[in-house]
Amino acid sequence: MARVVVDVMLKPEILDPQGQAIAGACGRLGFTGVSEVRQGKRFEVEVDGEVDDAKLADVRRMAETLLANPVIEDFSLRVE
Amino acid sequence: MTARVGVVTFPGSLDDRDAARAVRIAGAEPVALWHDDPDLKGVDAVVLPGGFSYGDYLRCGAIARFSPIMGELVPAARSGNLPVLGICNGFQILCESHLLPGALTRNKSLRFINRDVTLRVESTATAWTNRYTDGEEIRIVLKSGEGCYVADTATLDELERTGRVVARYAEPAPNGSRREIAGVTNEHGNVVGLMPHPEHAVEDLTGPSTDGLGFFTSLLAHLADGVPAAAGATG
Amino acid sequence: MPDAPLPDTVATAQSTPDTPQPYAELGMAQDEYARVREILGRRPTSAELAIYSVMWSEHCSYKSSKKHLRQFGEKAPASDALLVGMGENAGVVDVGGGRAVTFKIESHNHPSYVEPHQGAATGVGGIVRDILTMGARPVAVMDALRFGPLDAPDTRRVLPGVVSGISFYGNCLGLPNIGGEIGFGAGYAGNPLVNALCVGVMRHEDIKLAQAPGPGNKVVLFGATTGPDGIGGASVLASATFDDESHAKRPSVQVGDPFMEKLLIECSLELFAADLVVGIQDLGAAGVSCATTELAAGGTGGMRIELDRVPLRDPRLTPEEILMSESQERMMAIVEPAKLDAFLATCRKWNILASVIGEVTDVTPEEAERGGRLVMTWHGETVVDMPPRTASDEGPVYDRPYARPADQDALQADTPDRLERPKTDDDLREQLLRVLAAPGVCDPTWVTQQYDRYVMGNTVLATPDDGGMIRVAEDADTGIALAVDGNGRYTRLDPYAGTQAAYAEAYRNVAATGARPLAVTNCLNFGSPEDPAVMWQFAESTRGLADACQTLGTPVTGGNVSFYNQTGDTAINPTPVIGVLGVIGDVRDRLATALPAGADGARIVLLGRTAEEFGGSVWAEVVHGHLGGLPPKVDLAAEAALGELLAEAAEAGVLAAAHDLSDGGLGVAVAESALRGGVGATLHVTDAFTALFSESGARAVVVVRPESEDAFAALCERHGVPAAEIGTVGGEALTVTHPEGGFSVSLAELRTAYESTLPAVFDAE
Repeated sequence: MARVVVDVMLKPEILDPQGQAIAGACGRLGFTGVSEVRQGKRFEVEVDGEVDDAKLADVRRMAETLLANPVIEDFSLRVE
Repeated sequence: MTARVGVVTFPGSLDDRDAARAVRIAGAEPVALWHDDPDLKGVDAVVLPGGFSYGDYLRCGAIARFSPIMGELVPAARSGNLPVLGICNGFQILCESHLLPGALTRNKSLRFINRDVTLRVESTATAWTNRYTDGEEIRIVLKSGEGCYVADTATLDELERTGRVVARYAEPAPNGSRREIAGVTNEHGNVVGLMPHPEHAVEDLTGPSTDGLGFFTSLLAHLADGVPAAAGATG
Repeated sequence: MPDAPLPDTVATAQSTPDTPQPYAELGMAQDEYARVREILGRRPTSAELAIYSVMWSEHCSYKSSKKHLRQFGEKAPASDALLVGMGENAGVVDVGGGRAVTFKIESHNHPSYVEPHQGAATGVGGIVRDILTMGARPVAVMDALRFGPLDAPDTRRVLPGVVSGISFYGNCLGLPNIGGEIGFGAGYAGNPLVNALCVGVMRHEDIKLAQAPGPGNKVVLFGATTGPDGIGGASVLASATFDDESHAKRPSVQVGDPFMEKLLIECSLELFAADLVVGIQDLGAAGVSCATTELAAGGTGGMRIELDRVPLRDPRLTPEEILMSESQERMMAIVEPAKLDAFLATCRKWNILASVIGEVTDVTPEEAERGGRLVMTWHGETVVDMPPRTASDEGPVYDRPYARPADQDALQADTPDRLERPKTDDDLREQLLRVLAAPGVCDPTWVTQQYDRYVMGNTVLATPDDGGMIRVAEDADTGIALAVDGNGRYTRLDPYAGTQAAYAEAYRNVAATGARPLAVTNCLNFGSPEDPAVMWQFAESTRGLADACQTLGTPVTGGNVSFYNQTGDTAINPTPVIGVLGVIGDVRDRLATALPAGADGARIVLLGRTAEEFGGSVWAEVVHGHLGGLPPKVDLAAEAALGELLAEAAEAGVLAAAHDLSDGGLGVAVAESALRGGVGATLHVTDAFTALFSESGARAVVVVRPESEDAFAALCERHGVPAAEIGTVGGEALTVTHPEGGFSVSLAELRTAYESTLPAVFDAE
């Protein structure tokens, strides 16, 4: 078994009120020097056997169609 | 002949009975459609109701989009033939299905908002709004946690230019929607997505007004005319 | 399961009678443990100990409260409306037209302190399943909440979390939240109260009971899988028995999945409609332990369960942990073998996991005599063999000592007479605004806006009206009205009268919608029952409620007790929350609180008698930080007369608005009605201070339709309700005049005072 991690983040131009709220809390809690926080999602996809190019392409297609909404989100993936 | 309007129930749909009631009050026959059954049962139009389909656990509407019934619905809607109204979660499903541009994201306040709001009808050239007048203000219910409409500037400009913004909040959008957009339509005017709930404003007793009924009577007028929405528009 | 530890079997228990068992860590007293040994004639297995410890816990057995709760049955007024009384998951009342309503309120206080969002969410989930279990479709929820002071740091953690939890769960389930109440006080910091109410509607013939009749019938567990939720207690057992570190630290927070619950509701209602179940029970606090023992006890008394067939989320769970797990969104049904396939097919349609885990068995007369026979196996080994009734019905009952608290007399002697009253009109005006802005009085919109009140399309009234009102079906005229109320300050001053006052307020709230009160539920939130002072409060409180219900003919149909709401030795103010359900024949007759716009000059009439009653009042608290004296006198006959008057006035259509008077008094009530209607009012009073701030009971303020003044006056006279014309509707201010002068506050200024309090704290984040 291997694991492909897909990180999904809102596109930079999309308002991220959750990230803003967290950044605001950082200041109140005394974590200084935080200029911005953005919040995203992490998916851990367990696949059978080794991750080859074909499997990675499969997961990429899954990310494009299901895990992320390309209208508002970007994603990246990596094998762990 | 009485128009037959399908109301799709997905797992987690909540306002399906309310949508069916609105259809009935408007004078049409509601037809229950099940997400898992790829059969539109020959209905004349479809309402995708509000709720939390599949718990909205991935993204609102993201999983419902892949339901068997959507396989039938999407091409019929895209061709301009089948009128479809997506309310709240239904709007989210239409965006996820790329039948409508843009997306709906978390409210700016990060909190669910249930509030009566005033909308301004911006386009009467759709299958679902032809009985309103341009600029008419209507009082209906907003209730959603992810109702903030977003799209890139080019898309927004294009929507404005082609008259596809169907309704705007008459007040600063409570959820932070760009350009105060509450609803949009596709290029044929047959598919409309609306974040607030017209089906909860069809009876004096249970809603803030009966202003929402117009969406459903518009559909009946559109079906009776038997012409595509955009071509039949007077707006 | 090759690496599973060996279970503690019945045979092992018999052969190792002297093995020490962690009963004390599980919260069992020594004599309780001794009684278990006596019942079984041997030491219990770990699994049996798990069952007895949860079933005999305060939470499940009501061992400290039972003696006092019996009054609700003994003093219950005869009521034709009562179809199912106390003892089932929830009581059921007839509302006419072949329809019945079931409702209940339950606490989820401690979990909501530990993890506010999930604690409150699962509180909603639990009470909804209780209602579903009766065979009803849940149609609305409400809640009563208490938090520490608004400026206490922890309130900023707990309140938003609790509200988001209720919002998340209730909205996602598709149940309208039609109201409730919210309060603040020092004692609730660290001890928040989250009391959730649910109401459901069904046809008479659809009533379901927790019972398992018919030997050979299958026991089916359906819904979510079982995980290590809320089993802090069981880890004691696991570690003590197996010394296995992986079991020692388990999360005790239960996590709710409202999507699963929504599917469970729809699936269960389909199962009921197709007549596929003979008995049903939801899995609540004591999970499989409670469901199996109660279902068995309610049936033949016999049941055999294969615990290894329970679908698990975590394969490491031991039998004890499975028995104690509080995983949410699970139900247990008794199904005839011939209907099993249809049952499972319906579950598949809704994508609900269902597993047959056992069957109902016959018992011998001797076994029946002992309390039935429940046998559970784990991979073929018998780990439980016990009489289920001894766990479900025959738990310990304590007559805990109680004594009037030492400070009670001093508290009552410290009357508000010594408090300085407003001297000038400016004082009056300023104090009215402060009372209106007080945290427990002010506009709750910041909270209630997060709840869906429209879903299902039958909400006729909701917050901020006095009670919530739901049409029982789309094609019916009949409606039900509900209100919940509690006042810990009154109850602290006099638990008997304070509880009656809470009941009277809920009764009045329902009456002010035009409905006739019919039945009562309650959630009794107190400190430790081991403290005689707290026990005295509890005894007085239950006596007060039972007497009041008897007097006004509204039976208690069920409820819940929450003890141990205290920090160290300091208990919360005793807070019985009383829910009253009423019925209105035609929802179109309902009364709302908003002053009518466009009715300038319409008369405002104050119903009831006003005395100088400031003990426990909002005015005393807000202006003087004072709690002392006695709460307002409760006059149940006057409440009944007022209630009947309002019901008849609603039917006759002679009123344009009605609002009950409670916290804060007349000034608050008229200000609220004015703000809701967006229209002002002028009041003419004699003693302005008493008129505005007294909290005398059995009062309401109404606006009479101009054409109906004579008819309404005649109604008041017939019911013997004092009616004083005190002002008129109109203008853009609340104006108060009295013989020595008067003052005026614009609606804009009232609105700012009323609406700013909660956003100022919670939007500042």
